[in-house]
Amino acid sequence: MIASLTREDRGAAILITTLGVLVGLLMTAGGWGDLLAVHGVIVMLFCGGLFLLVALNLNAPEPGDERLAAYYDDPTRVGVLLALVWAVVGMAMGVWVAALLAWPDLRFDAAWSSFGRLRPVHTSGVIFGFGGNALIATSFHIMQRTSRARMPGQVAPWFVLLGFNLFCVVAASGYLMGITQSKEYAEPEWYADIWLVVVWVMYFGLYVRTLARRNEPHIYVANWYYLAFILVMAVLHIVNNMAVPVSFGGFKSYSAFGGVQDAMTQWWYGHNAVAFFLTSGFLGMLYYFLPKRAERPIYSYRLSILSFWGITFFYIWVGSHHLLYTALPQWVQTLGVTFSVMLLVPSWASAGNALMTLNGAWHKVRDDATLRFMMVAAIFYGLSTFEGSFMSIPPVNSLSHYTDWTIGHVHSGAMGWVALISFGSIYALTPLLWRRETMYSWQAVEWHFWLALSGTVIYVFAMWNSGLTQGLMWRTYVAGGTLRYSFLESLVAMHGYYIARAFGGLLFLIGAIIALWNVVMTIRRVPAHVPALDYPTGSEAFEPAVPVMPAE
Amino acid sequence: MSILAILIPVALGLGVIGLVVFFWTVQDGQYDDLAGDAERILFDDDTPLMPPCDTVLGAATKDRSPL
Repeated sequence: MIASLTREDRGAAILITTLGVLVGLLMTAGGWGDLLAVHGVIVMLFCGGLFLLVALNLNAPEPGDERLAAYYDDPTRVGVLLALVWAVVGMAMGVWVAALLAWPDLRFDAAWSSFGRLRPVHTSGVIFGFGGNALIATSFHIMQRTSRARMPGQVAPWFVLLGFNLFCVVAASGYLMGITQSKEYAEPEWYADIWLVVVWVMYFGLYVRTLARRNEPHIYVANWYYLAFILVMAVLHIVNNMAVPVSFGGFKSYSAFGGVQDAMTQWWYGHNAVAFFLTSGFLGMLYYFLPKRAERPIYSYRLSILSFWGITFFYIWVGSHHLLYTALPQWVQTLGVTFSVMLLVPSWASAGNALMTLNGAWHKVRDDATLRFMMVAAIFYGLSTFEGSFMSIPPVNSLSHYTDWTIGHVHSGAMGWVALISFGSIYALTPLLWRRETMYSWQAVEWHFWLALSGTVIYVFAMWNSGLTQGLMWRTYVAGGTLRYSFLESLVAMHGYYIARAFGGLLFLIGAIIALWNVVMTIRRVPAHVPALDYPTGSEAFEPAVPVMPAE
Repeated sequence: MSILAILIPVALGLGVIGLVVFFWTVQDGQYDDLAGDAERILFDDDTPLMPPCDTVLGAATKDRSPL
């Protein structure tokens, strides 16, 4: 890791980590007596650890110029491992909170283990920890390969990857201490939000600078999906996290907006986080790794570009469908519903495009569990986008909203689509990235596939049933015009479904643990295999992205 | 609903950025060879583009045969 950094890179790393330690020190001193000081200590430990890692290897031999004739994959490798570790942590938290709903005593009477504190650790752990790291790692891979060029620098990718993980650590540890601004999927407080903006600007710059060095005239469609993910997330994050800190010596802040204004901002952010974090970037993964793995070009490249622009222009308007039948003006609700229904077109275009690509290669899907991960992900993408459009229609929403159906919908997208495409991509990526012949155990990949699929199906069916049951019980009236069921009765009716949900989640978690084990064993045990052709190339404009090698 | 005075311009602004980028892609000829563009990502594993760590970036680059 350090061996691939030049002396200047190491100097920059020392400077950045020193600044990080100083910021942590400032947070600790300024926030003394407040939980902010705990986060200051965490920042100091994180940056101090990295400082030591570099400082102790400061005089290690420097890499030669030959490194410039290869892709820079070290950050991608670390990103893949971090994604898998976060997957196990985040999904374990998910199984725990699912079990809490069935057996509330499992919190063992501690404050930090209450449902309200553990749940965001689960959601942020899987969305940002697992999904975010998977997105960053695969984007580093794809932007270099499709540009046939090496990344411009060696410090920026580490800054992005490790900086993002610092954000995730601060977020998760904050939730356990009760630090939250109570905005779903945007819980971290003001200082973590500011840090994420810094990391994100760096990420966008790194991506664009890599594309600018490309030795291939065309920018492959996957890059557009990743760019939309990075750019729009930055804008959403900044607007939704507008807040005024009570003081710079404390963690607490208040949102700049109040009441329905705040709700509108939150769900404008919330749904676009689904759109541009959980959809756009992962579509980039799908459009690269599925054709690669199937060894055939995407069925209709034209359609993939059309669906990209469709998603880009439609998605930003749908957030208000989270606030149907509320104080939000009727026309804003209608606007959100209209665009939600229209979204079905570009969504199904992508899902259909992926499946049509596999048409004629079904024998590969049958034999290769990695490709099967991607195929099932495309199916779940189609299913959950249909369900999303359907649930935004007001009469359906009046039944589904506030019930477990929403949870089922989210998880059919998150487990069936986002997680499966990530696992498929990681399995496709790992042997290439570590220069190995193959994965350590193909049986383990098969096991993971079937565990993940059955876990998802059990989870989603349990939540569909419990959601419909809840929705129908809550709207059943007796002849006298009063409610037939008390809320408690509907809660008791959920018990069996909640046990089934926790079981489905457990199967999914076991699959993720197998994946982490399999990747680690691949790195440690599988014989090396260096592909002859996975290197950057010279440019057609005769401007090499890599310097000319000194003649021997 | 004063918030819409912020959200709608921001959303429209993002749309305008998208539109500008889209026009650039058309201008730049990004859509001139869609079939080739889709196929080329598959090639780095089976077409010799550049032997690793070699002096290929000198004269050889100019003569690189089109994929």
